[in-house]
Amino acid sequence: MVNYQRRLDRTFAALVDPTRRAILAQLERKDSASVGELAEPFAIKLPAVMKHLSVLADAGLITRTKSGRTVTVRLRPQPMREAMAWLSRYERFWAGSLDRLADYAERQEAESQKKGA
Amino acid sequence: MTSLTLVRRIKARPSVVFDAVTTAEGIAQWWGPDAGPVLIAEADPRKGGRYRVRFRLLDGTEHECSGEYLDVVRPERVVMSWRWLGGQEDPNESRVEIALRPVAEGTEITLTHSRLDDETRRSHEEGWTGALNKLEALFAAGEAA
Repeated sequence: MVNYQRRLDRTFAALVDPTRRAILAQLERKDSASVGELAEPFAIKLPAVMKHLSVLADAGLITRTKSGRTVTVRLRPQPMREAMAWLSRYERFWAGSLDRLADYAERQEAESQKKGA
Repeated sequence: MTSLTLVRRIKARPSVVFDAVTTAEGIAQWWGPDAGPVLIAEADPRKGGRYRVRFRLLDGTEHECSGEYLDVVRPERVVMSWRWLGGQEDPNESRVEIALRPVAEGTEITLTHSRLDDETRRSHEEGWTGALNKLEALFAAGEAA
């Protein structure tokens, strides 16, 4: 459970940066990309992009394979899936609770209107 | 910052919704994601007061959360800390804010469950909700692959 929590923390920390999310979005559109291709849309230097890629790789969100002088980057969706599942548990909790709250409050309101009339 | 925001409109006055949200009697009627029962509901809705709710899901599992009221302004706003008992789901303390706004048909309720994890709390406060849509798309793409 502690490892799971740490993994989630790493995933969320990696995802909180807009450049890193943009990199992931690029990888979502293509099957794979070279580091150069990934760096192209950004106004930042290659070493900065490499740094972002390291954070994403440490979080397990991408894989890097080296073949000759080219590093190919691919998306690895598993940690994202875990993070989404975790967040959606809270969403389910509150969506269901708020539905019930609305029903109850509306009944209370209808009753107080009846009493007032 | 990892947070979750839900907005709903309810056909009842803010004062009625507020009491449903903050009294033990009210909480017992709605707390929990499915039709399973609330087993314990305790609430002392004033700044520094505490609440505790234990509920059972339809799958038979029981869960308990509790915390402190950090701010209570009837009938506008209640802020509370949140922690699961046993830490099975999540050992961190998080924060729930419920804001009520009068609208023509009754009340608009905005619920924000925030500080859902420590690491991102320390990071800058990047809006998470917009990112979520993107993530969901990404997630779906990963699923399809």
